[in-house]
Amino acid sequence: MLHTVNKSPFERNTLTACIGHALPDSAILLIEDGVIAAVSGTAHEDTLRQAMNGRKVYVLGPDLLARGLSTDKVVEGVDVVDYEGFVELTEKHDKVQAWV
Amino acid sequence: MKYGILVNEGPYQHQSADTAYQFCKAAIARGHEVSRVFFYHDGVNNGTRYAVPPQDDRNITVRWSELAQTNNIDLVICIAAAQRRGILDEGEAKRQGKDGDNIAPGFRISGLGQLIEAGIQCDRLLVFGD
Amino acid sequence: MSEPWEDEGPGEVKKFMYVNRKAPYGTIYALESLEVVLIAAAFEQDVSMAFLDDGVYQLKKGQDTQQIGMKNFSPTYRALEGYDVEKLYVEAESMAERGLTEEDFLVPVEVMSRDDLARLMDEQDVILSF
Repeated sequence: MLHTVNKSPFERNTLTACIGHALPDSAILLIEDGVIAAVSGTAHEDTLRQAMNGRKVYVLGPDLLARGLSTDKVVEGVDVVDYEGFVELTEKHDKVQAWV
Repeated sequence: MKYGILVNEGPYQHQSADTAYQFCKAAIARGHEVSRVFFYHDGVNNGTRYAVPPQDDRNITVRWSELAQTNNIDLVICIAAAQRRGILDEGEAKRQGKDGDNIAPGFRISGLGQLIEAGIQCDRLLVFGD
Repeated sequence: MSEPWEDEGPGEVKKFMYVNRKAPYGTIYALESLEVVLIAAAFEQDVSMAFLDDGVYQLKKGQDTQQIGMKNFSPTYRALEGYDVEKLYVEAESMAERGLTEEDFLVPVEVMSRDDLARLMDEQDVILSF
């Protein structure tokens, strides 16, 4: 399954909620304000590392750029994708669950 | 693949409508079909033709109308959510005794069944909400 | 021996899960997602509802909305059974975090651990979040 998380971990607990329900080998895509979780050195880096444990985490590049966040600062192991990459992820996974 | 999209938020207030639109564009560019975009909750507000956003920024409603027309996408506004929020087509306006309608080109008002049908008929159903 | 038309079922049957994570009244998601479920019932799909995080409050007994001036829609959860929507799952951890027990709910539910719910989510065909 592909999980999408669109809110910042500082605003809402959706990334934590997602982690609690995302099985091993599932994928998590951070979009919109959710991309904030992907940046290294924040107080929520632990949450992100939990997300990465046994799962693949992706972050939507256009949303990082929009917020002035450099893709260089993304935690290592998180893949940056664009909207085409987002579509590719939905092809690869049999369904998508939005954590809103 | 055939995609169904659910947009749960109104234009501008949340990024959901924008992300949904960008996703649809990318899906179409990859050769997929976006067969229906269903608008629920405040998402119905994507379908008013009376919005006059600033000229130097995107016009979300017009963008949907144009994408739908070019790519044969069914833009459906949920009737129950629309009634609550005042999005009307001509028929609804007459039925409800209102002095005008406001639905934008390319959108149509219909029931929640259209969302379920999309879920059944599409290969993927994506939710964009808040 | 049935007549040919009597063999017509609903066609494809998919597993639909409605994920409810928000408390009622603070936002409209609880009410309007319930409306989707009621309409969806007509499509004879395999429907389940999951209540987790603050969504567990949607099922709380004794909702008195008189002083906030909103309609109390909680009795509608009791109608679900009549629509053949009987799979209501409440997450155990969400309940415990909020000091709730099964006795607090206005309908019979199946309490499920977070891990079991995660596995059940993975078995679905379509997941709708509001």
